[in-house]
Amino acid sequence: MKRAGFTTIWLPVALLLPQLMIIAIFFYWPAGWAVQSSFYLQDPFGFGSTFVGLENYTDLGSNSEYLRIAWFTVIYTCLVTFFSLAIALLLAVKADKVIRSARTYRTLLMWVYAIAPPVAGFMGIMFFDQRTGPITDAFQVFGWDYKLGVNYTDTATAMVIAAVWKQIPVNFIFFLSGLQSIPRSVNEAAIIDNRSSTSRFWQVTFPLLAPTTFFLLIINITYALFDTFGIIDTLLKGEPGNNPMTLVYKVYLDGFRGNDLGGSSAQSVILMVLVLILTVFQFRLIERRIHYT
Amino acid sequence: MTEISQPLEKATTPKARRKPIKWSVVGDHTVLILGAILMVLPVFMVFATSSHDKIEIARNGMQFGFGDQLAVNYGKAMFEKGGFTDTVDGSLMLMNSLILGFGFAIGKIIISMMAAYAIVYFRLRFATLAFWVIFTTLLLPLEVRILPSYEAIQRLGMANTYSGLIIPLIASATGTFFFRQFFRSVPEELVEAARIDGAGPVKFFIDILVPLSRTMIAAIFIIMFVFGWNQYLWPTMITTEESMFTLVRGIKQITQGVIDSNDIPEFGQALALSIIAIIPPVLIVLFFQNWFVKGLTESDK
Repeated sequence: MKRAGFTTIWLPVALLLPQLMIIAIFFYWPAGWAVQSSFYLQDPFGFGSTFVGLENYTDLGSNSEYLRIAWFTVIYTCLVTFFSLAIALLLAVKADKVIRSARTYRTLLMWVYAIAPPVAGFMGIMFFDQRTGPITDAFQVFGWDYKLGVNYTDTATAMVIAAVWKQIPVNFIFFLSGLQSIPRSVNEAAIIDNRSSTSRFWQVTFPLLAPTTFFLLIINITYALFDTFGIIDTLLKGEPGNNPMTLVYKVYLDGFRGNDLGGSSAQSVILMVLVLILTVFQFRLIERRIHYT
Repeated sequence: MTEISQPLEKATTPKARRKPIKWSVVGDHTVLILGAILMVLPVFMVFATSSHDKIEIARNGMQFGFGDQLAVNYGKAMFEKGGFTDTVDGSLMLMNSLILGFGFAIGKIIISMMAAYAIVYFRLRFATLAFWVIFTTLLLPLEVRILPSYEAIQRLGMANTYSGLIIPLIASATGTFFFRQFFRSVPEELVEAARIDGAGPVKFFIDILVPLSRTMIAAIFIIMFVFGWNQYLWPTMITTEESMFTLVRGIKQITQGVIDSNDIPEFGQALALSIIAIIPPVLIVLFFQNWFVKGLTESDK
């Protein structure tokens, strides 16, 4: 709050009201409702519900399919996060170094940001399809009989590649802006002290980028968990079958296709707790980041 | 190795008449060109292939060169009625997408600017409480509470309406957070000066604060437009009527078409529709690149 703030009462209340109302109706009500219905077992035909306590949660814990999906989500998130960060960091370091056509590279490397995840998913289908996919043909050259949507690992490969491709631009933009904010004098001092550019990068530049990297780590985990829904849904073509999926997709599947409201809500609550933990981490990092600069 | 010593050499030795090729610079450019190909080539191939006949695509796969069916495929994608009810075509979906993108971006900016102004510039006893009530929403993305949000919309009778599509997406604090940070960086003296000159809070907001925030508004508009345009899960759930479909939602439909058809699927038309879905947000990001990058890197901090 500004020290020299206005003292009117009705105006700020009127200004805050729209946002607070939207949040109350479309955020707190649904969120509370999810927590509540996670303790109930819904009648599949819509006739009332019974209180079952923690049963929905314990059911999930003993459900081998759910655990398998959770495990896949962990691996998927790690792969997507690692590869999209690594590739973006490499490109950002190079883009920061070159002088000629630096802007052109920046433009070419960032515009994919604007492509919607399901479009990326559809592109994935076309590129990994057995009839039309050039990548499938390339795999076949190496003797990999690639079958999208049939083989578990093959579908997972397409998911990871499409998700990584879509996320590189965001990471690239943040890494580049992080690199550009490192003072020139630091780089010049490092050049005098250390002539190997590789060791200079790991000993000077990379530690200075640490706040950006931590921040991006959280962003990427959130992306892999939630924002890739469009990619996964498109690649699965509405037929999950034996294919891999993530936890968010499972929430959607159980809630909408399976009509298992209680189970789906319990899954939502588990994800909410997960996001809460991530956010607490993020806030602590932001504090660190302020001290850093 | 050579590029490290380069700045030092420049200072000490006189300029050589012909610069020797610096292999590390060539390496840098090679990596960047490969990266650019990785990002651009897939979309280019989608574009090129969208100009081919479906039979040719089915036979030869994705193409590098252009065919002669460009106008035919894009005409079909834009104006051929499809779906179960034969009411929806590309131009209708394009309009819905524009309504969602603009409606979401403008709505979000207005509502979050108002809230941020109230929080930063007024002495309110419950300002801190309001702050926390609003910022808790940052914790839970819509994907997590999708089912109950859907129920809420159903009970309010807002399914298959534009307001049902847009308003729940606004219920998060990203914009408010962004404007709050910016307002706090505006010098204190401005308010004092305005008050001495007799400007009330409304006049101060409209005549001073809004013009000051122009760049910020532009930056957040671009990010929010792209975000709104690219929404998928929420439109998929909330719009069951095909006349309400957005382009991104329509992608699900065309994928289904590509998979389900026993005949050769309409590859060309489907690819053309994806290109149409890509163009508007990409153009906005490209044209307003600097604002976009600024908005992205500063808002998320």
